[in-house]
Amino acid sequence: MARARKAAEAPFDPAQPVIRIRDLYRIYRMGGSEVRALDGISLDVHRGEFVAVMGPSGSGKSTLMNIVGCLDRPTSGSYVLEGVEISNLDRDRRAEIRNDKIGFVFQNFNLLARTNALENVELPLLYSAKTNLTDADRRERARRCLARVGLAERWDHTSAQLSGGQQQRVAIARSLVNDPAILLADEPTGNLDSRTSEEVIAVFQALNDEGRTVVLITHDTDIAQFAQRIVAFRDGKIIADHPVEDRRRAAGGTFADAPPAAVEAVAAPQAAALPQAAALPQAAAQAPETTRTPGPIAVETAAAQAGPRGRS
Amino acid sequence: MTKSSNILKVAITALGRNKLRSLLTTLGIIIGVACVVATIGIGDGARIQAEDQLRSLGTNFLMIFPGSITSGGARAGFGASSKLSYDDLDAIRHEIQDVTYISATNRTTQQVIYGNQNWSTSIQGAETDWPLIRSWNVERGQFFTDQDVRSANKVCVLGATVAQNLFASEDPIGKIIRIKNLPFKVTGVLESKGGSTMGQDQDDTVIAPYETVRKKLIGTTSVGGILASAASNDLVATAQDEIAALLRQRHRIVKASDDDFIIRTQTEMLQQAEDQSRTMSYLLWSIAGVSLLVGGIGIMNIMLVSVTERTREIGVRMAIGAKGKDIRAQFLVEAVALSIAGGTLGIFSGLGIQKGVARFAGWPVAVQPQAIALAFLFSALVGIAFGFYPALKASQLDPIEALRYE
Repeated sequence: MARARKAAEAPFDPAQPVIRIRDLYRIYRMGGSEVRALDGISLDVHRGEFVAVMGPSGSGKSTLMNIVGCLDRPTSGSYVLEGVEISNLDRDRRAEIRNDKIGFVFQNFNLLARTNALENVELPLLYSAKTNLTDADRRERARRCLARVGLAERWDHTSAQLSGGQQQRVAIARSLVNDPAILLADEPTGNLDSRTSEEVIAVFQALNDEGRTVVLITHDTDIAQFAQRIVAFRDGKIIADHPVEDRRRAAGGTFADAPPAAVEAVAAPQAAALPQAAALPQAAAQAPETTRTPGPIAVETAAAQAGPRGRS
Repeated sequence: MTKSSNILKVAITALGRNKLRSLLTTLGIIIGVACVVATIGIGDGARIQAEDQLRSLGTNFLMIFPGSITSGGARAGFGASSKLSYDDLDAIRHEIQDVTYISATNRTTQQVIYGNQNWSTSIQGAETDWPLIRSWNVERGQFFTDQDVRSANKVCVLGATVAQNLFASEDPIGKIIRIKNLPFKVTGVLESKGGSTMGQDQDDTVIAPYETVRKKLIGTTSVGGILASAASNDLVATAQDEIAALLRQRHRIVKASDDDFIIRTQTEMLQQAEDQSRTMSYLLWSIAGVSLLVGGIGIMNIMLVSVTERTREIGVRMAIGAKGKDIRAQFLVEAVALSIAGGTLGIFSGLGIQKGVARFAGWPVAVQPQAIALAFLFSALVGIAFGFYPALKASQLDPIEALRYE
C-alpha cells in the first residue's frame, strides 16, 4: 500500500519509458527439464508508442503479455511500469496495478454474459481504489468510454445482442475506463473477420493518436503492419525490433458522438482532432523514430507532425 | 459503502440469472426451515395447551392410586391392586394437616339413557370435596350432598357434553336418567372444561356419589383412587411425602420394599409434560440440524459448480483488478444470499403450514418470534459455513489459468 501511495505521489516522468524491462527470465520447470519461456529479454516502450509483439506460438509472447499485464511474475529480472518495480509485488498489489494501469483487451472479448455493455464497461471501476466515485460518476465515465468506441447508443445491449466487432469495442471501452498507462491487447482481432478486424484496429490507432500507449500481441503480420514498431519473438528471445515501414492506417476509429476528451486522458487535443487523412505513409514511417529518441513523447511528435500536414 | 452494495448487486444479479437453479438449490434450506418453524410452532402450541389443561385439573392437586401387584411372577398393571381402602382415606383425612380437601374416586363406563337418547360415557364416583379439588364448578343446579354419598343415593351431575347429547335444549335438572337400568336424578350440570391432555373430552362424563358408583354400578369394596389437594403449592411435596409415609406404615411395607400405591402430583405431571416437550424439541432440533446440513451441502455443491462454470468470469474480474478478497466476498455473499432467501421462504412456508394445521386439524399453534429469528440466523450461518470453501477456491484461482479456461 505504501508503495502504491509513493508511486502516486511522485508524478511519473514522461521522458522515462512506460515499460522498462531488463534481463527478464521466465522459466517453467516441467519434470526435471526447464523451459525458458522468456530468455533474458530487455525492452523499453515509451509513452504514446504502438508496439506489435509478434512471434509464432510458443515464442514467449504470451508469457511476456502475462508479465507485462501483471498477471504473472518473472523468474528473475526487472519490470518497471510507470516507475514502479512490478516483479516483486504480491497478488493483491498486482491486482491494484492491473486495475489502475493496465487496460486488457482479449482475443475472445471476455465480456460478462447477460450483462449489458454499460455494466461491462463499469466493471473495473467497481474494483478501483478510487472509492470516492458515486454510482452516477461511474455510470458517466462508462458512458463516455462507450461513446469513445461509438457504442453510446447500444449501452443496454448484452454481449449476445452485439456483433463480434461491437463486443470487442465494448471490451476496449472497458479497458479505457480506468484511464490506464497501457492498453494491452492479446490477439484482439483473432476472432474477427478481416473487415471487422480493421474496424477494431482503427479504434486502437485512433486511441494511439490521442497519445495512448498500445501493446498489441499478434501472430498476424498484416495486423502488425498497423503498429508503429514490431518486436519479434522466437524461443523466448527478441529476434527483431524495428519500426514499421509502410505503416497501414485503418479506416474509422473515431466516432462523431464521442466527446472531445473521451476520457480524462493524456490525450493531446490536436492529436484527437487529427483528420482521417492522418493515414499518410510518411507520417506513419516517421512515427517509430520516437522509440529511438527517448526524449520527446509520442504525442508531442504527433502534434508536431500535425502542423505541416494541416498546412498542406 | 458503495463497494459492499456493489458486491451485493453482483451476487443478486448472478443468482437472478439462474432463477430455477437458485430455487432448487435453496429447496433443502426452505424445507428445513419450514419444518423447524412449523413443528416448533405446533409443538409449542401442544405444550402450552398441555400445561393449561394440567393446570385445569385443579389446584395443588394430588392423586393416589393403588400400585401394581405381582401374583405368581406376573405383574398386573397400574391400579390393579385393591390395597387402597377407605380407611386409608380416612387416615389421610384426619392425620395429615397439609391436605385440605380429599375425595375417593372410582370410574366405570356405562350406557346412559334418557328418553329415546342414549350415550356411552364414563361414570365417576366422587365425594363432595371433588369440585373443590378439581376447581370444577356446577353451572346449573347443585352438586350432590354428603348425605347423598353416605346413603348411596341415585343422583348425578352431568358433564356438559353428556347434557348436550341427552337433553339437547331441554333442561336436565330434576330429570331422571337411567344408568345400568337404574334411575338417577340429575341435580346439576358442570361447567364446560374442554379437551384434556390426551385429546379426550373432559366434559364427556357423569359424576355420581362415590358410594353409589361403588355399590350399585361397580360392586367392589376397594377404593379406585383418592384425589386430594394440598393447602398450598409449596405444601404439595410435603403432603406427598407425608401420605407416602402414612400409607407405608398402614400397609406394613418394610424398608426395602416398593410402595403398593402411586402418588402423582400436579407439579410432577407438569414436569413430565415439560420433559416430554423437551425431548420433542430435541428431536425437532435434530431434524432441523439434519435438513440445514443437507441444505448447506446443496449450497456448497451448487457454489462449486458455479465457481467452475464461471472460471472465465473470475479470470476476467481478476485481470481487470479484482483481488482475491473481492472474489471471495462475491461468492460468499452469493451463498449467504441463497441461504437467507431459502431461510426467508422457509419461514413463510412454515408459518403457512402452521396456519393450515391450526385451521384444518384444529391443533393449537404458537408462533415463536425467537424460533423464527433462530431459523433465519441458522440459515445465514449455513450460507457462510458452506459457501466459504467454494468462495476460497474461487479466490485462489490463477488468473492466467482462469482466463484460458474453456
